[in-house]
Amino acid sequence: MSLLSIRNLTTVFHAKEGEIRACNNIDLDIAVGKSVGIIGETGCGKSVLGMSILRLLPRNVTTSGEIWYKNQNLLTLTANQLEKIRGTEIALLPQSPSTSLNPVIKTGLQITEGLQIHRKMKPSTARRQALEMLRILHLPVPEKKYQEYPHQMSGGMKQRILAAISITGQPSLLIADEPTKGLDAVLRAQVVELLQQLIRETGASLLLITHDLKVAARLCDEIGVMYAGEVIERGPAQKVLTEPEHHYTKGLLASLPDMGLCPIPGSSPSLLNQTTGCKFYPRCSARQEACRINPVPLQMCNGCYVRCLYSA
Amino acid sequence: MFKYLARRLALLIVVVLGVTLMTFSLMHLAPGDPAEMIAMARYGLDNLTVEDIEQIRVEESLDSPVSVQYLCWLRHTLHGDFGCSLITGDPVMEEILTRAPATFKLALAALLISMLIGIPAGIIAAARQSSIFDYLAMTGALLAASVPNFWLGLLLILLFSLTLGWLPVFGYGGLRCIILPALTLGAGLAAITTRLTRSSMLEVLQQDYITTARSKGLPEARVMYNHALKNAFIPLITVIGLQLGHLLEGTVIVESIFAWPGLGKLLVDSIFARDFSMIQGCVLFFGVVFVLVNLLVDIIYMYLDPRIRFEREF
Repeated sequence: MSLLSIRNLTTVFHAKEGEIRACNNIDLDIAVGKSVGIIGETGCGKSVLGMSILRLLPRNVTTSGEIWYKNQNLLTLTANQLEKIRGTEIALLPQSPSTSLNPVIKTGLQITEGLQIHRKMKPSTARRQALEMLRILHLPVPEKKYQEYPHQMSGGMKQRILAAISITGQPSLLIADEPTKGLDAVLRAQVVELLQQLIRETGASLLLITHDLKVAARLCDEIGVMYAGEVIERGPAQKVLTEPEHHYTKGLLASLPDMGLCPIPGSSPSLLNQTTGCKFYPRCSARQEACRINPVPLQMCNGCYVRCLYSA
Repeated sequence: MFKYLARRLALLIVVVLGVTLMTFSLMHLAPGDPAEMIAMARYGLDNLTVEDIEQIRVEESLDSPVSVQYLCWLRHTLHGDFGCSLITGDPVMEEILTRAPATFKLALAALLISMLIGIPAGIIAAARQSSIFDYLAMTGALLAASVPNFWLGLLLILLFSLTLGWLPVFGYGGLRCIILPALTLGAGLAAITTRLTRSSMLEVLQQDYITTARSKGLPEARVMYNHALKNAFIPLITVIGLQLGHLLEGTVIVESIFAWPGLGKLLVDSIFARDFSMIQGCVLFFGVVFVLVNLLVDIIYMYLDPRIRFEREF
């Protein structure tokens, strides 16, 4: 059973230069207790997808389509109803730990404030629960850290605080937005471990947004590959990461250091003024005239959904 | 935190010394012979004799080197002795201290009014960016910042005192008397506060931690007041503090319009009467108050920004 079903999600930024389609007709399902990874290069719209689910995007954005979560369409909820979903049903583990904590509020309060508001928890109860989370997340001397401000902590500690914020509300779905971005190998391994622990402890589903294929491989049951605002391939992680069908996914794998470090020629297209045909057409080695003209549908092919007319 | 305060205090001493040096130089940089000017103020232009001028030169030790004069004057000043008025002969310090409360009352009332108008207006303008509220607040701020306060003061008197008869034209004492002068003085600051609150809030609202706060499911009001405003206050308080100095400056004009018995009016009256020791005293007093206000701002800053408060540990 799906916990979250996204249908025809299209997110458009209205900029001075025109309309930017960051997400284009996206369909995605996340089953209870499963982890889904969204991979793709910078600027392919994967973070926007995560933000669209919680409706955390700026005001110059319009989102259309449907996002069903436990029989509610998130896109039609009022601000009040949405507040009840955020943090306690669907939580976010934000991108950059160094800027995602409020610098003038003590970390303890940043962890508990949501609980005190949503669950009408007493401050002492909320405090106990937050400290318990920090202990589970192996934060050294949690009682002391609880009283400190973000600038007194290291990056790894801030990440743990943010992790604690995201799970203290016991959400059913956790959206982790590029949790390993800009981290060194040691910290990256720690974060992967942290995420594994988070989903194990809470039983939550995970939507992992990352450009790091290795992290996705370790954490996800299913993987969606995004390119230029579209999901171009979706299927079981094992299958997508070892025998991909789409030429872009193949290129992505071939560009990994231990797979030969062979980059895809060209660069990803602008999301402004998009073409109708396959978005990968200009860079594709197997392109045909038919790819350029008509929109390419997402088709079932060897156990994967693929948006390609000539998949291997 | 202690280190930060100690450094601020040490700096304060240097700045205050600088202020005294500048104030003292005023007397000597002003065109003309100080002894002659003192004599002129004391006896009037028509009864001036060379003997009187020379006598004053000796009395006031104006014949010794400037550096000696400065040190001598500084010693007196540091003991709270600002000399005596050239006109009335009363101690300058006494006069300043009797007048100061009126000016502080006016300045604080103006500050209060400007914050009560500016901060909520700025928050609303930022929260509803590009809405009718935003345009109204920005137009109002533009008007208030452009209007010179002597003109605004007269206009307010015309409307509220003469036409409507709600408030007294001038006078001192009671809440009703302070409303018009405080409004006149505070209008410009209210405009600056509005614009600054708005831009500061808009900047903070784009930060990642605001997204984090929203993702926790906090009500928008809590995001605004607890998460955004606390951060937006940090630059705001600096500018308000600096503007407080300009408020003191503004009292010179506003007190004259409303016949407010404060330091600003004392200063203007002293200038017209060529009462040099009084002018010197007032200028020095304004200077020191300005410096102290800045120290106060730094202390508030420290309270608002934990990164400064805990500086010592890192």
